[in-house]
Amino acid sequence: MSSAWALVGGCAVVTAMIKGAGPLALGGRRLPAWFISIIAFLAPALLAALVATHALASGRHLAIGANTVGVLAGGVVMWRTRSVAWCVIAAAALTALLRALG
Amino acid sequence: MSDAPRHVAAEEAAPEPLQTPHERFRAGVRAGVPFAIAGGLLSLSFGVLARHIGMPELAIIVMSLIVFAGSAQFAAIAIIGAGGSLGAAVVAAALMNSRFLAMGIALAPSLPGGPLRRAAQGQAVVDSSWAMALRKDGSFDRHFLFGSTAVQYVSWALGTLAGVLAGNLLGDVNRFGVDAIYPAFFLALLIGEARNRWAVGVALIGGAIALVLTPLTPPGIPILAASVAALAGLRRRGPR
Repeated sequence: MSSAWALVGGCAVVTAMIKGAGPLALGGRRLPAWFISIIAFLAPALLAALVATHALASGRHLAIGANTVGVLAGGVVMWRTRSVAWCVIAAAALTALLRALG
Repeated sequence: MSDAPRHVAAEEAAPEPLQTPHERFRAGVRAGVPFAIAGGLLSLSFGVLARHIGMPELAIIVMSLIVFAGSAQFAAIAIIGAGGSLGAAVVAAALMNSRFLAMGIALAPSLPGGPLRRAAQGQAVVDSSWAMALRKDGSFDRHFLFGSTAVQYVSWALGTLAGVLAGNLLGDVNRFGVDAIYPAFFLALLIGEARNRWAVGVALIGGAIALVLTPLTPPGIPILAASVAALAGLRRRGPR
């Protein structure tokens, strides 16, 4: 695969540019209160989108599978125990179990 | 290690200015450990998948070391694996990463130094560190962020190495439920974030936007578009 290194380089460059753009352009100034309020809501919006696109979709198709059930169970574990590690372990274990049975 | 790390860092440690940067870095490392464990398993599956599509071992490991962005790496190799072009793979990686643009803008005022130094510090943004380092007042604890990212960087690299070395032995790692780790990881963070009805509402709207757009747009766009839900901040001051 001769293009592997071009892929690595291309992904590294675009990632560094995207991560660096905001701090490069916007640092060192105070942002207005309304802007900070929006930022505080960015986390739940983006995190929910990441969860939804990985637990309720497969690629570009909406899909429910063993992993959907596993992630839901992980959410319950997180809610009850507040343990990120147990949440992730429960999600993977239940998903694996359902696949082994199914 | 496992208990709602951000709130340990941002709330219980109320006299934060008295903590040294070193102490805050170490608090970040401790908070990052559970995410590092999950990330290590995830990068293991990345290593296995990348071997399966025929990437050279060294290129896979270097990719994890210098890209260090899970969703982008998975998106890129999925496209190459499906016979897509190099350009399409890099664009997909950029789109998956587009959320870091929003996160970087949020982080920018909390970073000291000139533009290049700030841009270099911005490289430390990963989802979990960013979310945990956010303080109640909308600023970020950058030393906490660096610590949390540092431990996740190490496990990301080691997991990739393990996946590359053990890939042929493990076969299809999704048998072990590895594909549930990534969304469970973010759901754990989200549950830590959802502290009132407004935050829950924003999360539901963000998730709905992403799901509606998933069949309609290239990967990554649905996640970036979900940030529109954060405009709820114009009506109410912050989720905390």
